[in-house]
Amino acid sequence: MKKNWWKVLAVVLLVYTVVVGMLHEVPRLAILNETIRNLYFHVPMWFGMILILLISVVYSIRYLRKPSIENDVIASEAAKVGILFGVLGIITGMEWAKFTWGEYWSNDPKQNASAIGLLIYFAYLVLRSSFNEQQQRARISAVYNIFAFAALIPLLFILPRLTDSLHPGNGGNPGFNAYDLDSRLRMVFYPAVMGWTLLGIWVVNVKSRLEILRQRLYETV
Amino acid sequence: MLFKEILYLIRKDLVLEWRQKYALNGMLLYVGSVVFVCYLSFGMRSNILVAPVWNAMLWIILLFVSVNAIAKSFMQENRGRLLYFYSIVSPQGIILAKIIYNTLLMLLLAIICFVFYGFVLGNPVEDVPMFLLSILLGAVGFSTSLTMISSIASKAANSSTLMAVLSFPVIVPMLLMLIKMSKNAMDGLDRSASFDELLTLLAINMIVITVSYILFPYLWRS
Repeated sequence: MKKNWWKVLAVVLLVYTVVVGMLHEVPRLAILNETIRNLYFHVPMWFGMILILLISVVYSIRYLRKPSIENDVIASEAAKVGILFGVLGIITGMEWAKFTWGEYWSNDPKQNASAIGLLIYFAYLVLRSSFNEQQQRARISAVYNIFAFAALIPLLFILPRLTDSLHPGNGGNPGFNAYDLDSRLRMVFYPAVMGWTLLGIWVVNVKSRLEILRQRLYETV
Repeated sequence: MLFKEILYLIRKDLVLEWRQKYALNGMLLYVGSVVFVCYLSFGMRSNILVAPVWNAMLWIILLFVSVNAIAKSFMQENRGRLLYFYSIVSPQGIILAKIIYNTLLMLLLAIICFVFYGFVLGNPVEDVPMFLLSILLGAVGFSTSLTMISSIASKAANSSTLMAVLSFPVIVPMLLMLIKMSKNAMDGLDRSASFDELLTLLAINMIVITVSYILFPYLWRS
């Protein structure tokens, strides 16, 4: 129990997010209306994705310094969970965009950037699957992972700020900061970010433990 | 020491390219045929080829030319020769030499492509020096990121497919900046309007070169 307190915390925070996020008062803003509740589900996905991909890159760097099966497995499982968060982020974002911008996909720089970001990590999975030998696969995909992350940073953080976007926080639209000041939203938003991220780390943890056990089994049989 | 290695390696690549002219001639013919195919596809109706389409198509041609030209930079080297290099020069020397050599090659191909494309499909560019600067930046940017990708892809089994799959998403941010910058040059906008794009491109190039320089030594050990 002492080691697993953060899993309990994750469950409590997510239950809190869903219940309070759906029932609690939210500020009335034009156009956004009730869709503002998507802040508790869509935005934490991106926070979680960036953090989990960062974990993946850190383990790739660790693999290059000290090659071991554990580092490689954690890097690849974290990349997969990062992709899952990215896909969920895109789906929740598209659903929201349908009701506020009128289209699922309106060629917005942020939507395009996140789609390209996902393509980079799908390419990572394709690259991984094209090697048979475990050590070569681990080293070369670690190199590509670091390289791709370095290419992803300008894509996600610099380019959308240079162009106009419909997305909140850009070009005169009601921004994140404008309603971040509202303490009612903040009361749910911060626990939501923590809860979803902890859930992602939990998934990475379980999946990589399973994968490491499976590889040990292969070695002994 | 590193500098001397790089010079030697670039000279070796240039001499090799000159001796087996079929590779270079193949690329030149590729550029020529692609431009001509574009010309024929648009037919004589040059009125549908408005400025943004003209610009986007030039960059797409350049993208495909560079992927094809740079893909072979590591695949053409046979195993024995690579082993020989690795025993006498440093990996940093190899990657920097390949990047510089590919930049020179891409610059040559891109300028030939631009001249031929402008000749065949008309040249609506108003600020030619600025447009050439964006082509220069494009050649440097494409060759830096594609050199690293081609060294990754050459290790895998189906390297030519992998080359395209790995490189396109990585190169898209650069391509968007380049298209915007060259569009500004086409419209003859004030040069300060492209300053943001210029800086971003330089920054992306710096990131890519640094990361390649650090990561390549891990790659060639396999």
